[in-house]
Amino acid sequence: MMSEGSSFMKGLILGGIFCLVMSFFETFNSGTHSEGHEHLHHHLKPVSKDELQKLSESQMSDWTLQVRVYCLIMVTPKLLVHWATANDTWSKHCDKSVFYTSESSKALEAIDLQEQDEWARLRKAIKHAYENAGDLRWFFVARPTTYAIIENLKYLVLDKDPSQPFYIGHTEKSGELDYVEYDSGIVLSYEAMRRLIEIFKDEDRCPERGHALWKTPEEKQLATCLKYTGVFAENGEDAQGKGLFNKKSVSSLISDSMGQNPADVVEACCSDMAITFGGMSPSQIQVLMYGVYRLRPYGHDFHDSLTFLPPNDSDND
Amino acid sequence: MKAGNSRCAFSLGFLVGSCTLYIFLRQVWFEKSFGWKRHGKSNPPPLGPEQNTPNLTWRVEGSALINLKHPHQPGEDGHITDELFKKVRILCWVMTGPSNLQSKARHVKSTWSRHCNVVLFMSSEEDRSFPTVGLGTGEGRDQLYWKTIRAFHYALKNHGDEADWFLKTDDDTFVVVDNLRWILSNYTAEQPIYFGKRFKPYAKQGYMSGGAGYVLSKEALRRFVEGFSTKVCTHTSSVEDLAMGQCLEKMGVVAGDSRDTLHRETFHPFIPEHHLTGKFSKTFWYWNYCFYPIVEGPQCCSDLAVSFHYVDPVLMYTLEYYTYRLRPYGYRHRYQPPVPAVLSLASHTGKPTTEAQRLEERVKEKSVPTYTMNPRAEKVKTTGTTSHKCCPGEKHNRQKHCMIVNMIVSSCVNPE
Repeated sequence: MMSEGSSFMKGLILGGIFCLVMSFFETFNSGTHSEGHEHLHHHLKPVSKDELQKLSESQMSDWTLQVRVYCLIMVTPKLLVHWATANDTWSKHCDKSVFYTSESSKALEAIDLQEQDEWARLRKAIKHAYENAGDLRWFFVARPTTYAIIENLKYLVLDKDPSQPFYIGHTEKSGELDYVEYDSGIVLSYEAMRRLIEIFKDEDRCPERGHALWKTPEEKQLATCLKYTGVFAENGEDAQGKGLFNKKSVSSLISDSMGQNPADVVEACCSDMAITFGGMSPSQIQVLMYGVYRLRPYGHDFHDSLTFLPPNDSDND
Repeated sequence: MKAGNSRCAFSLGFLVGSCTLYIFLRQVWFEKSFGWKRHGKSNPPPLGPEQNTPNLTWRVEGSALINLKHPHQPGEDGHITDELFKKVRILCWVMTGPSNLQSKARHVKSTWSRHCNVVLFMSSEEDRSFPTVGLGTGEGRDQLYWKTIRAFHYALKNHGDEADWFLKTDDDTFVVVDNLRWILSNYTAEQPIYFGKRFKPYAKQGYMSGGAGYVLSKEALRRFVEGFSTKVCTHTSSVEDLAMGQCLEKMGVVAGDSRDTLHRETFHPFIPEHHLTGKFSKTFWYWNYCFYPIVEGPQCCSDLAVSFHYVDPVLMYTLEYYTYRLRPYGYRHRYQPPVPAVLSLASHTGKPTTEAQRLEERVKEKSVPTYTMNPRAEKVKTTGTTSHKCCPGEKHNRQKHCMIVNMIVSSCVNPE
């Protein structure tokens, strides 16, 4: 009895020490690896003003032709009001905007994918967009509950080569996986799309319908598939490091800032070149359209290096 | 048997030990990385020393805040606003009270009032720390006109030389002062005129809504004060904006048209959401009050809006963000406002120039390479100024705006 007990104790202690050693060894390895990993792939900023002014005219004209955006807006009839709002507001600023729906609605036009599963729908939409891209090289995937300022998205990716893989947005971590949050919009370059289409064929690594009992959100499935093709998520931020992609509404972010930074609410809140906001009602979005594209103080010039013209057939921007 | 048992016990112990410690370590490691992640993400980038103390741009003189530097964003060319800041000086006084200082007035102080030349917070009691002016009245709706009378008298007496125009607002009004300067730059402080959201009933030339804010020229203010000293005007009622309008009308001050060159309103009595999206019911009093035709939907409001009312603190900062900070890179606005004559640029070229025309000039000079990208690749409608006949007492200026030259109070309204 005694010998068994002591053996047990010895085993316990040895087991603990073994585990400790193993985990230190593991973290040491993955620590250096992941640090380098993060350093390479985490932060993506727009081109600086100085660099823009140094460029040649031919370089600029190349870039202007490249930076055109295909918007994939994933809708469902349940989100009809938001669908209509996106149709009436920000989607007009995309070079091409296509609404992909789970089932058709009499009220609004969309490509009916006839698919209830969200991940399967996203896959179909991506395939369709890639095939119908024409000469567009940048893709923006969003739900209609997201609001996007496409001009600022173009500014962010202006000096990035779309024949390289880019997967940009607001990044979050789930264990070892870095993924782009769906609610704040996902940006994909042409090369990233091409690699996605390829890996979609691989049913083992990137299955269309999950075999697990629980459903992994599409944003994580997307990240996993992309990771297999060597494409990693990058966080879009401005020159000061402020995030450009937000899943919260403007008023929510301002409220947070009033609590955390009462001395300088607006400065600490949000980027001047923000790209997305989420969770805003249709009325709030009309106010945002007015606030972004129209309301301004007279006499403040920015002398931006590019000019984007307003879309036709629109009176709210 | 015994050796086997002890070996079993040993391996069992090994298993239990390693599992327990593994779970324990996972928890600790998870918490550490979670804590780091939260710490890393929730901390905004540290503010530079200049931004940490925005109060460096203000000088406090008694109960007034004098703006030393007109606020600018880094990378912004604000030479036009700077010029207007010197040429069109505005004193802003904000109607507030002791119980509203921390809940409302404080946010006005942090946001739009920084763009005025002089700011006065008018309260029933003096508060040196905020600072507020003590008017020696009570608080409450019935005191509004008393406070207004005393506030304007105070402003003229103590700061009459420091401003050309005198703006009154509530502590829940949001104002874009730069746009107010754009409107006022077409007039002079010697003209007896005032601007705001024009209402029509009860006064022949109408009066201006109190909540949406109204601004008096120096001459208008002098006449207001004169009216009280000669007893032509008295405290007739506590309905401050109407009483104000009636006194000014008696003193020959003209109620001006504050709309932009597309006849869109600039002063607004409600929040942007209501004007842009609300459908006012046909029985709502607003329909009968507005001097000019109401437009519902996006064309309700000028791009160069001057004010909104019933703005709570969150909306105050939100509007500051929308107006001065958030912008679409490179966007060429549909509305290209004409440059006021008072600016040196316009006087040199001798012809009206819009921002788009100046941009074209710079492109011709090859100082700015601009590449236009149009989502739908077609011609864009450019807005021009409409030329129409002016009302009696008005004359066209160089920009084809009707400018008041004689103080004729008429019910004429400039046609669309």
